[in-house]
Amino acid sequence: MAVRHVTTRARIKTWPAKAARILPLLLARCFSVAALLAAWEILARSGIFTPFQLPPFSAVVLRIWNDGAAGDLWINLALTLYRALAAFAICVLAGVAVGTAMSRSGLARWFFDPIVSVGFPMPKIAFLPVVILWLGVYDLSKITMAVIDAIFPVIAATVIGIQGVERELIWSARNMGASERDLLRQVVLPAALPQIMTGLQVALPLALIVTVVAEMLMGGYGLGGAMMTASRFANSTGVFAGIVEIAALGYALVKAMSLIRRRLLAWHPEAHAPSTV
Amino acid sequence: MRTLIRYLPLALLAAAWEAAARLHLVSSLALPPLTDVIGSWIELIRDGELLVNGLASLYRAAVGLALAVVVGALLGVMMAWFRPANTLLSPLVEIFYPLPKSALIPVTVIWLGFGDGSKILLIFLGCMLPVTIGAFNGARGSEQVLVWSARSMGASRLRMLWDVVLPSAMPELLNGIRTALALSFILLVSSELIVAQKGFGYLIGSLGANGSYDAMYAVVLTVAFLGFAADRLYLALTRRALAWRYDT
Repeated sequence: MAVRHVTTRARIKTWPAKAARILPLLLARCFSVAALLAAWEILARSGIFTPFQLPPFSAVVLRIWNDGAAGDLWINLALTLYRALAAFAICVLAGVAVGTAMSRSGLARWFFDPIVSVGFPMPKIAFLPVVILWLGVYDLSKITMAVIDAIFPVIAATVIGIQGVERELIWSARNMGASERDLLRQVVLPAALPQIMTGLQVALPLALIVTVVAEMLMGGYGLGGAMMTASRFANSTGVFAGIVEIAALGYALVKAMSLIRRRLLAWHPEAHAPSTV
Repeated sequence: MRTLIRYLPLALLAAAWEAAARLHLVSSLALPPLTDVIGSWIELIRDGELLVNGLASLYRAAVGLALAVVVGALLGVMMAWFRPANTLLSPLVEIFYPLPKSALIPVTVIWLGFGDGSKILLIFLGCMLPVTIGAFNGARGSEQVLVWSARSMGASRLRMLWDVVLPSAMPELLNGIRTALALSFILLVSSELIVAQKGFGYLIGSLGANGSYDAMYAVVLTVAFLGFAADRLYLALTRRALAWRYDT
Protein backbone atom coordinates (compact mmCIF):
# COMPACT_ATOMS: atom_id res chain seq x y z
CA MET A 1 0.00 0.00 0.00
CA ALA A 2 2.71 2.36 1.02
CA VAL A 3 4.66 1.61 -2.10
CA ARG A 4 1.76 2.43 -4.35
CA HIS A 5 1.19 5.67 -2.52
CA VAL A 6 4.75 6.76 -3.17
CA THR A 7 4.63 5.92 -6.86
CA THR A 8 1.41 7.84 -7.51
CA ARG A 9 2.87 10.79 -5.69
CA ALA A 10 5.98 10.62 -7.82
CA ARG A 11 3.94 10.42 -10.99
CA ILE A 12 1.89 13.47 -10.10
CA LYS A 13 5.03 15.38 -9.31
CA THR A 14 6.88 14.53 -12.48
CA TRP A 15 4.02 14.92 -14.92
CA PRO A 16 4.40 18.66 -15.62
CA ALA A 17 8.15 18.26 -15.85
CA LYS A 18 7.67 15.47 -18.37
CA ALA A 19 5.27 17.57 -20.44
CA ALA A 20 7.68 20.48 -20.40
CA ARG A 21 10.38 18.17 -21.71
CA ILE A 22 8.26 16.51 -24.41
CA LEU A 23 6.29 19.50 -25.68
CA PRO A 24 9.15 21.39 -27.40
CA LEU A 25 10.27 18.13 -28.94
CA LEU A 26 6.79 17.50 -30.28
CA LEU A 27 6.62 21.02 -31.65
CA ALA A 28 10.01 20.62 -33.36
CA ARG A 29 8.82 17.38 -34.95
CA CYS A 30 5.62 18.97 -36.25
CA PHE A 31 7.66 21.93 -37.41
CA SER A 32 9.83 20.00 -39.85
CA VAL A 33 6.86 18.18 -41.36
CA ALA A 34 4.97 21.47 -41.70
CA ALA A 35 8.06 23.09 -43.20
CA LEU A 36 8.32 20.33 -45.79
CA LEU A 37 4.67 20.70 -46.80
CA ALA A 38 4.98 24.50 -46.91
CA ALA A 39 8.11 24.23 -49.05
CA TRP A 40 6.23 21.91 -51.42
CA GLU A 41 3.34 24.37 -51.73
CA ILE A 42 5.62 27.38 -52.23
CA LEU A 43 7.88 25.60 -54.74
CA ALA A 44 4.88 24.41 -56.72
CA ARG A 45 3.32 27.88 -56.81
CA SER A 46 6.57 29.73 -57.50
CA GLY A 47 6.62 28.72 -61.16
CA ILE A 48 10.01 26.96 -61.02
CA PHE A 49 8.20 23.72 -61.77
CA THR A 50 5.23 23.27 -64.03
CA PRO A 51 2.05 21.98 -62.33
CA PHE A 52 2.68 18.76 -64.23
CA GLN A 53 6.07 18.24 -62.59
CA LEU A 54 4.93 19.27 -59.11
CA PRO A 55 1.28 19.99 -58.43
CA PRO A 56 0.71 22.13 -55.32
CA PHE A 57 0.05 20.26 -52.09
CA SER A 58 -3.34 21.95 -51.74
CA ALA A 59 -4.42 20.61 -55.15
CA VAL A 60 -3.35 17.12 -54.10
CA VAL A 61 -5.30 17.37 -50.84
CA LEU A 62 -8.33 18.60 -52.76
CA ARG A 63 -8.06 15.68 -55.14
CA ILE A 64 -7.86 13.19 -52.26
CA TRP A 65 -10.88 14.91 -50.66
CA ASN A 66 -12.88 14.63 -53.89
CA ASP A 67 -11.91 10.97 -54.34
CA GLY A 68 -13.01 10.35 -50.79
CA ALA A 69 -16.34 12.08 -51.35
CA ALA A 70 -16.92 10.16 -54.58
CA GLY A 71 -16.09 6.89 -52.84
CA ASP A 72 -13.29 5.80 -55.21
CA LEU A 73 -10.67 6.34 -52.56
CA TRP A 74 -12.34 3.95 -50.12
CA ILE A 75 -12.76 1.18 -52.70
CA ASN A 76 -9.12 1.43 -53.76
CA LEU A 77 -7.90 1.70 -50.20
CA ALA A 78 -9.98 -1.26 -49.05
CA LEU A 79 -8.80 -3.44 -51.94
CA THR A 80 -5.12 -2.65 -51.42
CA LEU A 81 -5.46 -3.14 -47.69
CA TYR A 82 -7.31 -6.42 -48.19
CA ARG A 83 -4.64 -7.79 -50.54
CA ALA A 84 -1.74 -6.71 -48.36
CA LEU A 85 -3.33 -7.99 -45.15
CA ALA A 86 -4.44 -11.28 -46.71
CA ALA A 87 -0.88 -11.85 -47.92
CA PHE A 88 0.45 -10.86 -44.52
CA ALA A 89 -1.91 -13.25 -42.72
CA ILE A 90 -0.78 -16.13 -44.96
CA CYS A 91 2.85 -15.18 -44.29
CA VAL A 92 2.27 -15.20 -40.53
CA LEU A 93 0.59 -18.62 -40.50
CA ALA A 94 2.74 -20.36 -43.11
CA GLY A 95 5.97 -18.60 -42.17
CA VAL A 96 5.75 -19.43 -38.48
CA ALA A 97 4.67 -22.99 -39.33
CA VAL A 98 7.60 -23.54 -41.71
CA GLY A 99 10.02 -21.87 -39.31
CA THR A 100 8.81 -24.03 -36.43
CA ALA A 101 8.99 -27.17 -38.53
CA MET A 102 12.54 -26.26 -39.57
CA SER A 103 13.68 -25.97 -35.99
CA ARG A 104 11.88 -29.11 -34.82
CA SER A 105 12.51 -31.62 -37.58
CA GLY A 106 15.75 -32.46 -39.32
CA LEU A 107 14.00 -33.40 -42.54
CA ALA A 108 12.15 -30.07 -42.80
CA ARG A 109 15.37 -28.28 -42.04
CA TRP A 110 17.26 -30.20 -44.73
CA PHE A 111 14.57 -29.43 -47.31
CA PHE A 112 13.82 -25.78 -46.54
CA ASP A 113 17.24 -24.50 -45.48
CA PRO A 114 18.78 -24.16 -48.98
CA ILE A 115 15.50 -22.82 -50.36
CA VAL A 116 15.37 -20.11 -47.72
CA SER A 117 19.04 -19.22 -47.93
CA VAL A 118 18.88 -18.91 -51.72
CA GLY A 119 15.38 -17.44 -51.86
CA PHE A 120 15.73 -14.79 -49.16
CA PRO A 121 18.24 -12.51 -50.91
CA MET A 122 16.71 -13.00 -54.36
CA PRO A 123 14.78 -10.15 -55.98
CA LYS A 124 11.61 -12.22 -56.09
CA ILE A 125 9.67 -9.45 -57.77
CA ALA A 126 11.31 -10.63 -61.01
CA PHE A 127 8.98 -13.63 -60.85
CA LEU A 128 5.97 -11.35 -61.21
CA PRO A 129 5.47 -12.10 -64.94
CA VAL A 130 5.67 -15.81 -64.17
CA VAL A 131 3.02 -15.46 -61.47
CA ILE A 132 0.82 -13.53 -63.90
CA LEU A 133 1.32 -16.28 -66.45
CA TRP A 134 0.14 -18.87 -63.96
CA LEU A 135 -2.55 -17.16 -61.97
CA GLY A 136 -3.85 -14.30 -64.11
CA VAL A 137 -4.08 -10.67 -63.12
CA TYR A 138 -6.65 -10.75 -60.33
CA ASP A 139 -6.46 -10.86 -56.54
CA LEU A 140 -5.00 -14.35 -56.42
CA SER A 141 -1.83 -13.47 -58.30
CA LYS A 142 -1.33 -10.19 -56.43
CA ILE A 143 -1.68 -11.90 -53.06
CA THR A 144 0.55 -14.79 -54.15
CA MET A 145 3.29 -12.40 -55.26
CA ALA A 146 3.14 -10.56 -51.94
CA VAL A 147 3.33 -13.85 -50.04
CA ILE A 148 6.36 -15.00 -52.04
CA ASP A 149 8.18 -11.81 -51.10
CA ALA A 150 7.10 -11.34 -47.50
CA ILE A 151 7.28 -14.89 -46.16
CA PHE A 152 11.07 -15.19 -46.04
CA PRO A 153 11.65 -12.67 -43.22
CA VAL A 154 9.00 -14.47 -41.14
CA ILE A 155 10.57 -17.90 -41.66
CA ALA A 156 14.07 -16.61 -40.92
CA ALA A 157 12.95 -14.74 -37.80
CA THR A 158 11.05 -17.77 -36.49
CA VAL A 159 14.04 -20.06 -36.94
CA ILE A 160 16.40 -17.60 -35.26
CA GLY A 161 13.92 -16.90 -32.49
CA ILE A 162 13.36 -20.56 -31.64
CA GLN A 163 17.10 -21.25 -31.77
CA GLY A 164 17.64 -18.52 -29.20
CA VAL A 165 15.18 -19.88 -26.63
CA GLU A 166 17.00 -20.61 -23.41
CA ARG A 167 17.66 -24.27 -22.76
CA GLU A 168 16.76 -23.90 -19.09
CA LEU A 169 13.20 -22.88 -20.01
CA ILE A 170 12.69 -25.97 -22.13
CA TRP A 171 14.32 -28.27 -19.59
CA SER A 172 12.22 -27.02 -16.72
CA ALA A 173 8.99 -27.21 -18.74
CA ARG A 174 9.84 -30.80 -19.69
CA ASN A 175 10.71 -31.55 -16.11
CA MET A 176 7.29 -30.34 -15.00
CA GLY A 177 5.68 -32.74 -17.44
CA ALA A 178 4.76 -30.53 -20.35
CA SER A 179 3.86 -32.39 -23.53
CA GLU A 180 5.61 -31.46 -26.79
CA ARG A 181 2.48 -29.54 -27.84
CA ASP A 182 2.26 -27.56 -24.62
CA LEU A 183 5.98 -26.96 -24.76
CA LEU A 184 5.67 -25.41 -28.21
CA ARG A 185 2.60 -23.33 -27.48
CA GLN A 186 3.33 -22.18 -23.98
CA VAL A 187 7.10 -21.98 -23.82
CA VAL A 188 8.93 -22.00 -27.13
CA LEU A 189 6.74 -19.74 -29.25
CA PRO A 190 6.17 -17.10 -26.55
CA ALA A 191 9.88 -17.04 -25.77
CA ALA A 192 10.65 -16.61 -29.47
CA LEU A 193 7.95 -13.96 -29.89
CA PRO A 194 10.23 -10.89 -29.82
CA GLN A 195 12.23 -12.21 -32.78
CA ILE A 196 9.12 -13.36 -34.61
CA MET A 197 7.53 -9.94 -34.14
CA THR A 198 10.63 -8.32 -35.60
CA GLY A 199 10.25 -10.55 -38.64
CA LEU A 200 6.58 -9.60 -38.93
CA GLN A 201 7.49 -5.94 -38.69
CA VAL A 202 9.69 -6.42 -41.74
CA ALA A 203 7.12 -8.55 -43.56
CA LEU A 204 4.13 -6.19 -43.31
CA PRO A 205 5.64 -3.20 -45.16
CA LEU A 206 7.13 -5.64 -47.65
CA ALA A 207 3.68 -7.12 -48.32
CA LEU A 208 2.37 -3.61 -48.92
CA ILE A 209 5.23 -2.68 -51.26
CA VAL A 210 4.78 -5.78 -53.37
CA THR A 211 1.00 -5.42 -53.44
CA VAL A 212 1.39 -1.88 -54.76
CA VAL A 213 3.92 -2.93 -57.42
CA ALA A 214 1.68 -5.81 -58.51
CA GLU A 215 -1.29 -3.48 -58.73
CA MET A 216 0.73 -0.98 -60.73
CA LEU A 217 1.75 -3.64 -63.20
CA MET A 218 -1.56 -5.45 -63.51
CA GLY A 219 -3.84 -2.42 -63.35
CA GLY A 220 -7.43 -2.54 -62.13
CA TYR A 221 -8.67 -1.21 -58.81
CA GLY A 222 -6.43 -0.60 -55.84
CA LEU A 223 -4.17 2.31 -54.89
CA GLY A 224 -1.35 1.18 -57.19
CA GLY A 225 -3.69 0.63 -60.13
CA ALA A 226 -5.35 4.01 -59.63
CA MET A 227 -1.95 5.65 -59.62
CA MET A 228 -0.93 4.01 -62.87
CA THR A 229 -4.22 5.05 -64.48
CA ALA A 230 -3.59 8.64 -63.40
CA SER A 231 -0.05 8.39 -64.76
CA ARG A 232 -1.26 7.12 -68.16
CA PHE A 233 -3.58 10.11 -68.46
CA ALA A 234 -0.69 12.43 -67.50
CA ASN A 235 -2.67 13.40 -64.41
CA SER A 236 0.17 14.18 -62.07
CA THR A 237 -2.12 15.43 -59.31
CA GLY A 238 -3.58 11.93 -59.25
CA VAL A 239 -0.09 10.42 -59.09
CA PHE A 240 0.91 12.59 -56.14
CA ALA A 241 -2.41 11.88 -54.44
CA GLY A 242 -1.60 8.18 -54.79
CA ILE A 243 1.80 8.68 -53.17
CA VAL A 244 0.28 10.56 -50.23
CA GLU A 245 -2.39 7.88 -49.78
CA ILE A 246 0.10 5.02 -49.96
CA ALA A 247 2.47 6.84 -47.60
CA ALA A 248 -0.36 7.34 -45.09
CA LEU A 249 -1.36 3.69 -45.35
CA GLY A 250 2.24 2.53 -44.89
CA TYR A 251 2.71 4.80 -41.89
CA ALA A 252 -0.52 3.59 -40.29
CA LEU A 253 0.41 -0.07 -40.80
CA VAL A 254 3.91 0.36 -39.36
CA LYS A 255 2.54 2.24 -36.34
CA ALA A 256 -0.15 -0.39 -35.82
CA MET A 257 2.47 -3.14 -35.87
CA SER A 258 4.60 -1.46 -33.23
CA LEU A 259 1.48 -0.94 -31.11
CA ILE A 260 0.61 -4.63 -31.41
CA ARG A 261 4.18 -5.50 -30.49
CA ARG A 262 3.96 -3.40 -27.36
CA ARG A 263 0.67 -5.08 -26.43
CA LEU A 264 1.80 -8.63 -27.10
CA LEU A 265 5.16 -8.20 -25.43
CA ALA A 266 3.97 -6.20 -22.43
CA TRP A 267 5.23 -9.06 -20.25
CA HIS A 268 8.67 -9.06 -21.86
CA PRO A 269 11.65 -7.20 -20.36
CA GLU A 270 12.00 -5.17 -23.58
CA ALA A 271 8.76 -3.34 -22.64
CA HIS A 272 10.43 -1.95 -19.52
CA ALA A 273 13.50 -0.65 -21.32
CA PRO A 274 13.58 3.14 -21.41
CA SER A 275 12.20 4.23 -24.75
CA THR A 276 14.67 6.25 -26.77
CA VAL A 277 12.98 9.42 -27.91
CA MET B 1 29.86 -34.06 -50.57
CA ARG B 2 28.52 -31.98 -47.72
CA THR B 3 27.53 -29.10 -49.97
CA LEU B 4 26.01 -31.64 -52.33
CA ILE B 5 23.67 -32.95 -49.65
CA ARG B 6 22.99 -29.41 -48.47
CA TYR B 7 21.86 -28.22 -51.89
CA LEU B 8 20.19 -31.49 -52.89
CA PRO B 9 16.67 -30.06 -52.29
CA LEU B 10 17.31 -27.43 -54.94
CA ALA B 11 18.41 -30.11 -57.38
CA LEU B 12 15.29 -32.10 -56.51
CA LEU B 13 13.13 -29.07 -57.24
CA ALA B 14 14.86 -28.61 -60.59
CA ALA B 15 14.33 -32.28 -61.43
CA ALA B 16 10.65 -32.03 -60.44
CA TRP B 17 10.34 -28.99 -62.71
CA GLU B 18 11.88 -30.83 -65.66
CA ALA B 19 9.74 -33.93 -65.04
CA ALA B 20 6.50 -31.97 -64.64
CA ALA B 21 7.11 -30.15 -67.91
CA ARG B 22 8.30 -33.20 -69.86
CA LEU B 23 5.44 -35.41 -68.68
CA HIS B 24 2.94 -32.64 -69.58
CA LEU B 25 1.61 -32.46 -66.05
CA VAL B 26 1.43 -28.72 -66.59
CA SER B 27 1.11 -26.82 -69.83
CA SER B 28 4.55 -26.30 -71.36
CA LEU B 29 3.44 -22.72 -71.99
CA ALA B 30 3.12 -22.08 -68.28
CA LEU B 31 6.23 -24.02 -67.40
CA PRO B 32 8.72 -24.73 -70.19
CA PRO B 33 11.16 -27.54 -69.37
CA LEU B 34 14.30 -26.44 -67.55
CA THR B 35 16.53 -27.73 -70.33
CA ASP B 36 14.70 -25.51 -72.84
CA VAL B 37 15.16 -22.57 -70.51
CA ILE B 38 18.90 -23.25 -70.31
CA GLY B 39 18.99 -23.53 -74.11
CA SER B 40 17.39 -20.13 -74.59
CA TRP B 41 19.67 -18.66 -71.93
CA ILE B 42 22.69 -19.70 -74.01
CA GLU B 43 20.94 -18.24 -77.06
CA LEU B 44 20.35 -14.93 -75.25
CA ILE B 45 24.00 -14.76 -74.20
CA ARG B 46 25.17 -15.55 -77.71
CA ASP B 47 23.24 -12.81 -79.46
CA GLY B 48 24.33 -10.35 -76.78
CA GLU B 49 20.83 -9.30 -75.77
CA LEU B 50 21.20 -10.40 -72.17
CA LEU B 51 24.57 -8.69 -71.85
CA VAL B 52 23.43 -5.33 -73.27
CA ASN B 53 20.29 -5.17 -71.17
CA GLY B 54 22.04 -6.56 -68.12
CA LEU B 55 24.81 -3.97 -68.25
CA ALA B 56 22.21 -1.19 -68.58
CA SER B 57 20.43 -2.50 -65.48
CA LEU B 58 23.56 -2.99 -63.43
CA TYR B 59 24.77 0.50 -64.31
CA ARG B 60 21.52 2.00 -63.00
CA ALA B 61 21.58 -0.05 -59.83
CA ALA B 62 25.25 0.72 -59.15
CA VAL B 63 24.96 4.49 -59.59
CA GLY B 64 21.74 4.73 -57.58
CA LEU B 65 23.11 2.57 -54.80
CA ALA B 66 26.44 4.42 -54.66
CA LEU B 67 24.66 7.76 -54.33
CA ALA B 68 22.36 6.32 -51.66
CA VAL B 69 25.29 4.98 -49.63
CA VAL B 70 27.25 8.26 -49.70
CA VAL B 71 24.33 10.60 -48.99
CA GLY B 72 22.60 8.20 -46.61
CA ALA B 73 25.70 7.57 -44.50
CA LEU B 74 26.48 11.30 -44.28
CA LEU B 75 22.92 12.05 -43.24
CA GLY B 76 22.85 9.29 -40.64
CA VAL B 77 26.15 10.27 -39.03
CA MET B 78 25.08 13.92 -39.03
CA MET B 79 21.84 13.01 -37.30
CA ALA B 80 23.74 11.13 -34.63
CA TRP B 81 26.36 13.85 -34.21
CA PHE B 82 24.35 17.10 -34.21
CA ARG B 83 21.24 17.22 -32.09
CA PRO B 84 19.45 19.88 -34.21
CA ALA B 85 19.87 17.75 -37.32
CA ASN B 86 18.31 14.85 -35.46
CA THR B 87 15.35 16.87 -34.20
CA LEU B 88 14.62 18.24 -37.66
CA LEU B 89 15.29 15.18 -39.77
CA SER B 90 14.04 12.28 -37.67
CA PRO B 91 10.30 13.03 -38.16
CA LEU B 92 10.89 13.16 -41.91
CA VAL B 93 12.78 9.86 -41.82
CA GLU B 94 9.97 8.38 -39.75
CA ILE B 95 7.37 9.44 -42.29
CA PHE B 96 9.27 8.43 -45.41
CA TYR B 97 10.72 5.15 -44.13
CA PRO B 98 7.45 3.15 -44.28
CA LEU B 99 6.51 4.70 -47.64
CA PRO B 100 6.52 1.92 -50.22
CA LYS B 101 9.17 3.34 -52.52
CA SER B 102 7.65 1.64 -55.53
CA ALA B 103 4.90 4.28 -55.28
CA LEU B 104 7.52 6.76 -56.50
CA ILE B 105 7.96 5.03 -59.87
CA PRO B 106 5.41 7.20 -61.76
CA VAL B 107 6.76 10.39 -60.17
CA THR B 108 10.36 9.72 -61.10
CA VAL B 109 9.11 9.13 -64.63
CA ILE B 110 7.26 12.47 -64.57
CA TRP B 111 10.43 14.18 -63.41
CA LEU B 112 13.15 12.48 -65.42
CA GLY B 113 11.49 10.57 -68.25
CA PHE B 114 11.76 6.95 -69.33
CA GLY B 115 15.53 6.56 -69.37
CA ASP B 116 18.35 5.95 -66.89
CA GLY B 117 17.69 9.08 -64.83
CA SER B 118 14.34 8.04 -63.43
CA LYS B 119 15.59 4.59 -62.39
CA ILE B 120 18.71 6.00 -60.76
CA LEU B 121 16.65 8.56 -58.84
CA LEU B 122 14.21 5.88 -57.72
CA ILE B 123 16.96 3.56 -56.50
CA PHE B 124 18.73 6.45 -54.78
CA LEU B 125 15.56 7.54 -52.96
CA GLY B 126 14.54 4.00 -52.09
CA CYS B 127 17.92 2.84 -50.80
CA MET B 128 18.95 5.95 -48.91
CA LEU B 129 16.86 5.56 -45.75
CA PRO B 130 18.00 2.06 -44.73
CA VAL B 131 21.60 3.33 -45.00
CA THR B 132 20.73 6.46 -43.01
CA ILE B 133 19.10 4.47 -40.24
CA GLY B 134 22.01 2.02 -40.13
CA ALA B 135 24.55 4.83 -39.90
CA PHE B 136 22.46 6.65 -37.29
CA ASN B 137 22.01 3.64 -35.02
CA GLY B 138 25.65 2.67 -35.43
CA ALA B 139 27.05 6.13 -34.74
CA ARG B 140 24.77 6.60 -31.77
CA GLY B 141 25.80 3.29 -30.32
CA SER B 142 29.51 4.09 -30.28
CA GLU B 143 30.85 3.39 -26.84
CA GLN B 144 30.91 6.34 -24.52
CA VAL B 145 34.24 5.19 -23.07
CA LEU B 146 35.91 5.32 -26.47
CA VAL B 147 34.54 8.79 -27.11
CA TRP B 148 35.70 9.97 -23.69
CA SER B 149 39.18 8.57 -24.02
CA ALA B 150 39.60 10.02 -27.50
CA ARG B 151 38.48 13.38 -26.16
CA SER B 152 40.80 13.22 -23.18
CA MET B 153 43.69 12.44 -25.50
CA GLY B 154 42.95 15.69 -27.24
CA ALA B 155 41.25 14.52 -30.42
CA SER B 156 39.41 17.23 -32.30
CA ARG B 157 35.71 16.77 -33.04
CA LEU B 158 36.36 15.94 -36.68
CA ARG B 159 39.12 13.53 -35.81
CA MET B 160 36.86 11.78 -33.30
CA LEU B 161 34.20 11.42 -35.95
CA TRP B 162 36.67 9.81 -38.30
CA ASP B 163 38.62 7.63 -35.86
CA VAL B 164 36.02 6.63 -33.27
CA VAL B 165 32.47 7.17 -34.41
CA LEU B 166 32.76 5.93 -37.99
CA PRO B 167 34.56 2.66 -37.16
CA SER B 168 32.10 1.81 -34.42
CA ALA B 169 29.20 2.68 -36.70
CA MET B 170 30.59 0.31 -39.35
CA PRO B 171 28.74 -2.94 -38.54
CA GLU B 172 25.29 -1.33 -38.42
CA LEU B 173 26.10 0.81 -41.43
CA LEU B 174 27.20 -2.20 -43.46
CA ASN B 175 24.03 -4.00 -42.41
CA GLY B 176 21.94 -1.09 -43.63
CA ILE B 177 23.79 -1.16 -46.94
CA ARG B 178 22.96 -4.85 -47.26
CA THR B 179 19.25 -4.05 -46.94
CA ALA B 180 19.74 -1.29 -49.51
CA LEU B 181 21.46 -3.71 -51.89
CA ALA B 182 18.47 -6.06 -51.83
CA LEU B 183 16.09 -3.12 -52.22
CA SER B 184 18.03 -1.80 -55.21
CA PHE B 185 17.39 -5.00 -57.15
CA ILE B 186 13.69 -4.97 -56.26
CA LEU B 187 13.25 -1.34 -57.29
CA LEU B 188 15.31 -1.81 -60.43
CA VAL B 189 13.30 -4.75 -61.69
CA SER B 190 9.90 -3.34 -60.76
CA SER B 191 10.60 0.05 -62.34
CA GLU B 192 11.93 -1.59 -65.49
CA LEU B 193 8.94 -3.89 -65.69
CA ILE B 194 6.61 -0.90 -65.56
CA VAL B 195 8.39 1.60 -67.82
CA ALA B 196 11.68 1.10 -69.63
CA GLN B 197 13.29 0.82 -73.03
CA LYS B 198 16.10 -1.49 -71.96
CA GLY B 199 17.25 -3.48 -68.98
CA PHE B 200 16.37 -6.79 -67.36
CA GLY B 201 12.81 -5.80 -66.53
CA TYR B 202 12.19 -4.56 -70.04
CA LEU B 203 13.61 -7.78 -71.50
CA ILE B 204 11.39 -9.90 -69.25
CA GLY B 205 8.34 -7.87 -70.21
CA SER B 206 8.97 -7.92 -73.96
CA LEU B 207 9.85 -11.63 -74.06
CA GLY B 208 6.69 -12.40 -72.09
CA ALA B 209 4.62 -10.27 -74.46
CA ASN B 210 6.10 -12.16 -77.44
CA GLY B 211 5.16 -15.44 -75.86
CA SER B 212 8.74 -16.74 -75.75
CA TYR B 213 8.31 -17.97 -72.23
CA ASP B 214 11.42 -20.13 -72.06
CA ALA B 215 13.55 -17.06 -72.72
CA MET B 216 11.52 -15.08 -70.18
CA TYR B 217 12.18 -17.75 -67.56
CA ALA B 218 15.87 -17.59 -68.44
CA VAL B 219 16.04 -13.83 -67.76
CA VAL B 220 13.96 -14.12 -64.57
CA LEU B 221 16.30 -16.78 -63.22
CA THR B 222 19.34 -14.72 -64.24
CA VAL B 223 18.08 -11.69 -62.29
CA ALA B 224 17.24 -13.85 -59.29
CA PHE B 225 20.68 -15.41 -59.38
CA LEU B 226 22.42 -12.04 -59.72
CA GLY B 227 20.55 -10.70 -56.68
CA PHE B 228 21.56 -13.76 -54.69
CA ALA B 229 25.18 -13.60 -55.87
CA ALA B 230 25.43 -9.87 -55.09
CA ASP B 231 24.24 -10.51 -51.55
CA ARG B 232 26.72 -13.34 -50.99
CA LEU B 233 29.59 -11.33 -52.47
CA TYR B 234 28.69 -8.39 -50.25
CA LEU B 235 28.61 -10.62 -47.18
CA ALA B 236 32.06 -11.99 -47.99
CA LEU B 237 33.42 -8.46 -48.46
CA THR B 238 31.95 -7.14 -45.21
CA ARG B 239 33.27 -10.08 -43.28
CA ARG B 240 36.71 -9.15 -44.52
CA ALA B 241 36.19 -5.45 -43.82
CA LEU B 242 35.09 -6.19 -40.26
CA ALA B 243 37.79 -8.75 -39.57
CA TRP B 244 39.42 -6.38 -37.07
CA ARG B 245 36.29 -6.59 -34.95
CA TYR B 246 36.05 -10.34 -34.67
CA ASP B 247 39.76 -11.04 -34.21
CA THR B 248 39.99 -9.32 -30.87
